[in-house]
Formats: sequence, structure tokens, C-alpha cells
Amino acid sequence: MTETATATREARPAIFEERKDQIHRIGSEPFSMACNRDSLAGAVSQRACVFCGSRVVLYPIADALHLVHGPIGCAAYTWDIRGALSSGPELHRLSFSTDLQELDVIFGGEKKLAKALDELIARHSPKAAFVYSTCIVGLIGDDLGAVCKAASLRHGIPVIPVQSEGFKGNKREGYQAACKAMRQLVGTGDISDISPLSVNIMGDFNLAGETWIIKRYLERMGIQVVAGITGDGRVDDLRRAHGAGLNMVQCSGSTQDLAKMMRDDFGIPFVRVSWIGIEDVAESLYAVADHFELKHPELASGLVERTAELVRDELSNLMPKLAEYRRDLEGKRAAVYVGGSFKAFSLVKAFRHLGMEVVIVGSQTGTEEDYRELAAICAPGTIVVDDANPLELSAFIKEKDVDIFVGGVKERPIAFKLGVGFCDHNHERKIALEGFEGMLNFAKEIHASVMSPIWRFVPRREFGLNKKDAEV
Amino acid sequence: MLLRHTPKEVTPRSALVINPAKTCQPIGAMYAALGIHGCLPHSHGSQGCCAYHRSALTKHYKEPVSAATSSFTEGASVFGGQANLLQAIENIFTVYEPEVIAVHTTCLSETIGDDIKQIRDKADKQGLIPKGKHVIYCNTPSYVGSHVTGFSNMVKGMTELSTSTGKKNGKVNVIPGWVEPSDMEEVKRLAALMNVPITLFPDTSGVLNGPLSGEYHMFPEGGVTIKELIEAGDAIGTLALGEWCSADAARNLDTKCKVPCKVLDIPFGLSATDRFIDALRTIAGTSVPEEITRERGQLVDMISDTHQYYYKKKVAIYGDPDQVISMVEFLVSIDMCPVHVVTGTSGAKFEKRIKELTAHLPYEVNVKAWGDMFLLHQWIKNEPVDLLIGNTYGKYIARDEDIPFLRWGFPILDRVGHQYFPTVGYKGGLRLLEKILGLLLDRKDRDDPETVFELTL
Repeated sequence: MTETATATREARPAIFEERKDQIHRIGSEPFSMACNRDSLAGAVSQRACVFCGSRVVLYPIADALHLVHGPIGCAAYTWDIRGALSSGPELHRLSFSTDLQELDVIFGGEKKLAKALDELIARHSPKAAFVYSTCIVGLIGDDLGAVCKAASLRHGIPVIPVQSEGFKGNKREGYQAACKAMRQLVGTGDISDISPLSVNIMGDFNLAGETWIIKRYLERMGIQVVAGITGDGRVDDLRRAHGAGLNMVQCSGSTQDLAKMMRDDFGIPFVRVSWIGIEDVAESLYAVADHFELKHPELASGLVERTAELVRDELSNLMPKLAEYRRDLEGKRAAVYVGGSFKAFSLVKAFRHLGMEVVIVGSQTGTEEDYRELAAICAPGTIVVDDANPLELSAFIKEKDVDIFVGGVKERPIAFKLGVGFCDHNHERKIALEGFEGMLNFAKEIHASVMSPIWRFVPRREFGLNKKDAEV
Repeated sequence: MLLRHTPKEVTPRSALVINPAKTCQPIGAMYAALGIHGCLPHSHGSQGCCAYHRSALTKHYKEPVSAATSSFTEGASVFGGQANLLQAIENIFTVYEPEVIAVHTTCLSETIGDDIKQIRDKADKQGLIPKGKHVIYCNTPSYVGSHVTGFSNMVKGMTELSTSTGKKNGKVNVIPGWVEPSDMEEVKRLAALMNVPITLFPDTSGVLNGPLSGEYHMFPEGGVTIKELIEAGDAIGTLALGEWCSADAARNLDTKCKVPCKVLDIPFGLSATDRFIDALRTIAGTSVPEEITRERGQLVDMISDTHQYYYKKKVAIYGDPDQVISMVEFLVSIDMCPVHVVTGTSGAKFEKRIKELTAHLPYEVNVKAWGDMFLLHQWIKNEPVDLLIGNTYGKYIARDEDIPFLRWGFPILDRVGHQYFPTVGYKGGLRLLEKILGLLLDRKDRDDPETVFELTL
């Protein structure tokens, strides 16, 4: 290919005509975005499937058996796919599959499934078992419910079908299936010793110890944590989760359905929270305190004060350290492309504490409302995008000349090829990024990548930097 | 102990895989397709499959991996995926402008019975495939075979492009099997040194080990071109490296275009490389150049310098059939003892081959095709080993049992280097030895009491 031809191809923004209304430039037009739309056939979408959604939500329940009923791939790709730290059992980190073969597809896989459950439950004595349905199971019509019910009767533990056939949608539907599965456990345990001042931590998955950070804050405030749903999760905690006084729900999609079911069935209110950044963490803690002060004034004396003290303590420790990072990062530009849009909100605010502006923001599964709110808090000129593909992302990164990209595993090498820093705020994070100490870790990660000397050697930037160096 | 749930006692299992030593077909097809220049792999199924495969390949190669998907929904699963695939082909050629789309199926599209050839032909008739561009395909139902089968099927799909003009072009087709981009580069280097003009396919060098350029290219420089694939039908012969990965494609070329083929082991280690070089020599009708003789001599030299450290060391190895067969041969040739050998892929031929390679040893090797890591771990608990060789998923066993661990195979999720440093050929043999010796001696240095702690090798 000639150079001109290459240049033309590079310069042309790679956007499907049909996708134009999934991209919005703030200030250049009245807000309008179409979302929660199925990806176009043929798109190099960054999205995943229903099974993926269910699997990641339930995965951290460490003392449950997670059996994938399907061909080997679905189990292989989700084997220990991300951090799901457990303070005890590690059964969840093994990969169990019925490894369906051609004959199973023809004659059905029910017998194989029943047998697999018998073998596994006998050997590992789990507290409960989750059985995940995959595309093929949905097609061949195995009666997952019946097999699970029978196994449950045989073994005396809950054996719960997760209706997560991949083709039934994207991750969102998977979250719903996971919530339905968890709902079967909730309400079956003894709650007589649970304090009224108690919560469930929902929608955090303890990827790198975040659930523990949040739990420590709440305990310092005098709040009992009943269950991590599902960070550092346990079957018995889920059984008792209906004893909590309040559900704190993070992550817009993943566990909100369960919170709604628990509100309707047990009258447990929920608040939406975010454990990312500074304001959002503080507001989340205050929301708990305020809730209980209103609900149980007789029990909650001093709660708000204790919360204020905690926040003060943490901030006085955090802010001077942040300032050091901010000195270097002031004025740098960030792009954010994440799974759920709740995280995007918090990240926009978190970056401001580092003196940085988010100039591209998007998610795989945001709603129109999410994007409208995002557009409201971002600066004019910011690109808001739903369900992006690599060519779009790379074109936007270059157009906005960003210094760091926050995304997931598939975006990382794209950022690096472009000579742009990267922070995994998704599955593959290695350090805790939530709570006040998470904010400090976040600043450290951003600093480490944005300020790396390697970017001086990137061809695209070399000229400019050399020039700058020469001026010094 | 992460694997504290693994009991020592081995009991028969019939319905269940625990900690798989394989994955499903489509990812192999996707990897193979990336070895064609300007190719966009396309997954005909749900979005999740494509996302998982791209993620897995990205984690292994640390490179962007693009692939499109038919994005099946419930409707497509009931009414068939033809509309999705036709729309996908149109969209892809319009927006991403690849030279070729390589379609592979999934369990979903296979079960609903989509006929990819018929859909492809229909796309052609409707003018959705621009002139000079191509759509190739293969069938990769996830409930048959493994990722190795998928790789083989896509390579065979490539040979469907090949045509015979009746006039031989003097080139040799080399099908390298599922090896790293660095290995493919090394195969090309060796062939060039032998003065044999080859067409290597697939060829992921330059695709999945590219430099940081400051630009993102959906279609990087490397890869076999469509023109070369078409002309593969006029080659004088095909060397297929690996029975499982490459033989089907080579035989298809033989049947279709009368290109005779020879199936060899993938050239890992001394003897398998000898056979590969000899095959090139025979085809070229020349003698082996001094430079290659020298490289071979260096490998033999390093083995002799260090052989006492390998003597009777027990090894557990798992991975894909072609790779493990060559590696077991190499281990035996340096006096190591492979005692446990597992592949997740099925094949009685694999077990037979391993038994032949180890027949002269004074013990019976544990070998299992269609095995898994759970079984391997149980075997190791019953008979401990000095070295574990395989992909990253072995790290749990290595940690729990405190075994030196050589990462080799697919996927490697937690180390780098495999993209850049080959393990095929004599040079690759040197690297393997360096790694194995380093692991064994690091362990010795760690465990030796102070009194016998040694400075010198």
C-alpha cells in the first residue's frame, strides 16, 4: 500500500454510519445518544456476553462450587480470570466444566451434568453450587432447573441454576441472571444476631482487597457488615444478607437487581454508592451514617460524628500525598473507557483531584441517562462514546492527544502502541483502587504510567519532546 | 495452598474436566487467521466468544488483537445467523477494509446449522465482497476437539484459496504449526540460510510481536499474503510441522493441487531440528551451510558442558500434542526423565508417540491425552518431579508443590519474551537449555546448605 493510501485510511474516522448517535461531543450539539443497543454485526466490539456477566458477579463467592455446563472454552477463559481475593476458602479459583462433546449436544447433557455434580459435591463439600448455562445448553434444551433441583435434594445443599446463555444479550442480562441466582440464597439463614446498624457491601468484587478497605471504614464507624456481595463472598453470608439494615450498591448494573428484590421482598432500602475517588467515598459513608441516624436515632448516636472524624483522618493523611503527585500531573489529559458507567463518573471526579481533565469518556453498557449525566459533568469538547471499537478509540486518543487511558485488558496494548500511558481499572488491577487509600494507589498508578520515561522514545512524540528538551 | 482441594488419590472421572489443559476451537482459528496479512478474524456466534478469545490472545502476546463478531442475539439463535453474517461481511469491508475476512464458527452457530459456505457464496453473489478481497472460513464447533483442532481447521481453510496453474514455482510451503511469532521468524531465517524459498503460513511474525510505533494499525505489516496463499498451490512441496496443527492443511494441498507433503515434528530440540533441516536440504538439493552446522555444534556443546545437571531429573510436562511430543524427545535426549505427560487434546496417537519416545527408559511414563491439570497435579503428588513445563496455568501446582517451573506453550499470561525469543531450531534449543539449567541451578543454590554452596558451575 502506498503511503498516501495509508495516510488516508488512518485519517478517516472509523465510524459506522449507524453508530454516529452512540457518540457525542459535548457542546457541539444538543445531547442525544442511543444506548443499550445491540452491537452491530461485524463490529469489533469490546463487549462480552451474558455468561461473562454472570460469571464475574458470582465468581468471588469463594466457598461455592462454580460448575460451567458447556463446551470447555467457557470454563477455560474464566478460570481465575481476575482477582477475587478471599480471606478463607479458594474453591472458586478452580475451573470445573462438563466439557460437552458432540454426542452430548445430540443426546443432551443432563446426565453428564448430574454426574459431574455428584462427583464434585462429594469431593469438595461446597456450601452451595452454581451451575452456569452456556449458549449451547440453551439450544439443546437441557433442563438445568430440574437437574439442579434433583442434585440439591440428593446432596442437601442449594444447587442453583444460573440462566446465562451467552446469546441472550450482553453482560447486563448476565448480571440479572446472577442476581436471580443469589436471590435463592438470600433469606435462608439465621439473622437473630445481626445489629440493626448493618449493611451489605454490594457491587464490589474485592479484585485487589477493596472490600476489606470498605469493611474497615464501616467497622470504624460502628456498622456491621453482613455480606460482601460478592467481594470475599460466602454462601452463609448471602443466606443472612436479608438481616442487614441497608444495602450499599456500587456498580450501576451488577447487583442493583438483587438490591431491588431485597427491597421488595424484605423491605431493605438501598443506596447507590461509589467507592472510587474522594467525594464519592466520603458521600457514600455519610449516606450510611445519615440513613441510620434517621432510621435508628436511638442506636446511632455519635455515628455521624464518627464518620466525619474518619473522613477527616483519612483526608488529612491523603491530601498532602496527593499534592505531590498532582504537581507532576497538573494539566495532563485522560481517556476513560470502562465496563459500567458508574465508574466513569467517579473517575472524572478523581482525575480532577490530580489536576487532570477527562477528554474522552465511554463505557460498554451505559444508559442514555448515564451518558446525559456524564455529559453534564465533563468539559465542552469531551467525547462521550458508547460501545466503542479499537479504531474509534485510537482515533479519539490521537485527536485528543491524551496522556493516559483507563480501560481494560483489550484496550491496554492499543494505548501502548500509541505511546500513551495506561491504567487498568478493570479486571486486571493489581492494587486496590477504592476507598481513600485506593485513591492514593490510583494517583500512584497514574503517576507511574503518565510520567514514565518510556514515552520519550515513542516515535509519534519523539520530535516534540526532543524540541522541548532542547529548549530546557 | 491454592490447590488444597486436590486430593492425592486418583479416582476415575467421567463427566468432568477440572482445571483444563485445553480450550475451545475458535481461539485457535483466530490465532491462525491473524497470520494472514490484512486479515480480520470473524467469530460467527455470540459476542462473548470473540471477547474471550481476543482477551486471551492479548494477554499472551501483549498486542492489540482485533476480531469481529456476528453478535448473535436470541433472534439469530432461532432463525439462523445468515442475516448477521451477511451484514457483518458488508460492515467489515466498508469500515475496517481488510484484505480478507476469516470466518470461524462457534458451538452456537454450528448447532443451529448455519452453512458458512452457502452464506459466503450468497455474500459474493450480492456483491458484498469487494473485488480482489476474500472471505475464507472454517468450521470450529467448540464441542469437538480443542484449540489445536481450531488452528488446524483454519490453516486448512487457507489452503482453499490455493490454486494450481499446472506450473510449479519452485517454492516450498512450510506450515509451522501453533508456535510463537518469534518461532515463525526463526523458521524463515533457517530456510533462508538453507537457500530454500518458502511460503510460511500462517505467519504471525510482524503481526503479534510488532514494535511500538506510536500508531495503532488494525492490520500490521506481517502475515502471509493472499497472493502467496493462492500460489501455494504451485509449490514443489509442503513441509507440515506437527501432525495435529498442520497435517490436514498439507494433505488438502496434496489432494487439491497435487503438492506433495511431508509431515514432520515441530523443530523443538536437537533431533527434531535435525529432521527439519534435513528435509529442507533434501528439497533444496544442497548441503547444509556452515552457519547452521555451527549453530548445531553450539547446541551440542552446551548440552555437553552441562549434561550432568540434567541427568535423571524428573519432569512433568503438559501442553499441546505436537509441541509436547518434540519436547519430550528433547528432554529424553538430554537424559532427563519425563515422568508425567498430559495434553488436553484427545488422540490415542499422542499417547502412543510418547510411549515410543520413552520406551527405552527404565520406568513407565504416565501419559494422558484428553487429560487435565487436576490429574497432572495428582500424579505429581504421587510422584514428585524436579521440573514442571507448560503454560501459565501450571503456576498453581508449581507454587503448591514448590517445583521449578518453565513457562512454555500457550497461554503465557504472566511473563514476556516468548514473542521475541524463539524456542524452535538450534538457537531455540540453546534458549530452552539456558532456561532449564537456570531453573535447576537456582533451585540448587537456594536449597544447598552453606557448607556446599558453590560458586562455579
